[in-house]
Amino acid sequence: MAPAVPSDAVVLQSAVVLLDRFPALAGVDLDVARGEIVLLRGPNGAGKTTLLRACAGLERVSRGSARVLGVDVVTSPRAVRRRVGMLARDEGLYDDLDAAANVRFWARAAGADGDDTDRALACCGIAGRVGAVPAARLSTGQRRRTALAVLLARRPELWLLDEPHAGLDRAGRDLVDELVVDAARAGATVLFASHELERAESLATRIVTLAGGVVRTDTGSPEVTGVG
Amino acid sequence: MLADALLIAGKDLRIELRSKVGLGQMLPFAVLVLVLFGLALDADDALLTRATPGLYWIAVLLAGLLAVQRSFAVEAAPGVTDALRLSGLDPAGYFLGKFAAIAAQLVALEFVLGLGVVILYGTELGGPALLFAALVGATVSIAAAGTLYGVLAAGLRVRDTLVPLLLLPALAPVLLGATRATEAALEGDLGDGWGWCGLLALFGVLYLGLGLLFFGTLLEET
Repeated sequence: MAPAVPSDAVVLQSAVVLLDRFPALAGVDLDVARGEIVLLRGPNGAGKTTLLRACAGLERVSRGSARVLGVDVVTSPRAVRRRVGMLARDEGLYDDLDAAANVRFWARAAGADGDDTDRALACCGIAGRVGAVPAARLSTGQRRRTALAVLLARRPELWLLDEPHAGLDRAGRDLVDELVVDAARAGATVLFASHELERAESLATRIVTLAGGVVRTDTGSPEVTGVG
Repeated sequence: MLADALLIAGKDLRIELRSKVGLGQMLPFAVLVLVLFGLALDADDALLTRATPGLYWIAVLLAGLLAVQRSFAVEAAPGVTDALRLSGLDPAGYFLGKFAAIAAQLVALEFVLGLGVVILYGTELGGPALLFAALVGATVSIAAAGTLYGVLAAGLRVRDTLVPLLLLPALAPVLLGATRATEAALEGDLGDGWGWCGLLALFGVLYLGLGLLFFGTLLEET
């Protein structure tokens, strides 16, 4: 019998994350169901990025409990990493490799399928001439698209996006929105932090406001359905 | 693990081929060291002949440091460390991949420097089996220790100065063993040389083992 899939993608209870003794998350409670698109908003230093990184198993939760995709990330942060995809402000590209080589490398490292990688390259506009340009010579928007292609090729169960619209032109921003909606339709969960509230709020199915490392407001979890 | 190692090694070597840092900096630097040693000792031909094995391995070590530093400098690009952690790559495979890429560059370096000592110092090569064993033992040892100390210093701002400070003392036994084994090979005194090769093998196995066991922890901590 197949193991039961937990219905919650993220369950944080009184989660505390310390960055050099400073509580970047100071007791966050958050339940995110699978298929939700959750916007994290709040002022600079509110803990949005730290929350995303904690969900990726990249920051240690020092107090409280944290389960992501059914994995206890307090005790086993490594176990969840391959199942999540993160679009961070630093794209994580090798400057001397061209854009397409970067996508292929990171996709293979995460065990992604070759066809998915080709589709991701095409979808993000990296398959043609741009794909042959070394990452060091890409524009900011092209670097974001390359990082987005890596994320897409991995087909993660949980998308963690930190300012996903930043640095992109209008077409790029529309592409991000389209990919987020498609991912949620396909059953993935999306948590994203953004300061571009007009666009982000129309994309999200739920809005969580953070301030001072805790959740201040939460529009609640609507029924999880396709978004369109 | 092996698939991850091949992926990492292939990526590192592709980066080196495209950036040509190894070709443009490491090899010229190593040859320059040989030339400077030659200029300093040229007046005493006998001394240069006696010192050739030591000079050769010092040149390999110094240029090898550049390969180690370069190998971890590319991983210091913004976001790459996080991306590596998120990729779920086997840390042992990652270690082996970095090790293999550094070792491949060292082999190319040793070949060019070997030609250099033959041409510049007039060295006559002998004892090919012992010489080969010394090259393999020293290459494995330098690459394994370099990979381990490289990741140890990877997350630090003082990385560029810390790697030589950590690595050079740690590699002193390798320098000694490789020099003595090479001397023995060139002089035809093979018995002694194999003993030194044993030391190199021990060192190489020790650092390979440490790397396979602890690289994941070091990667997390840095």
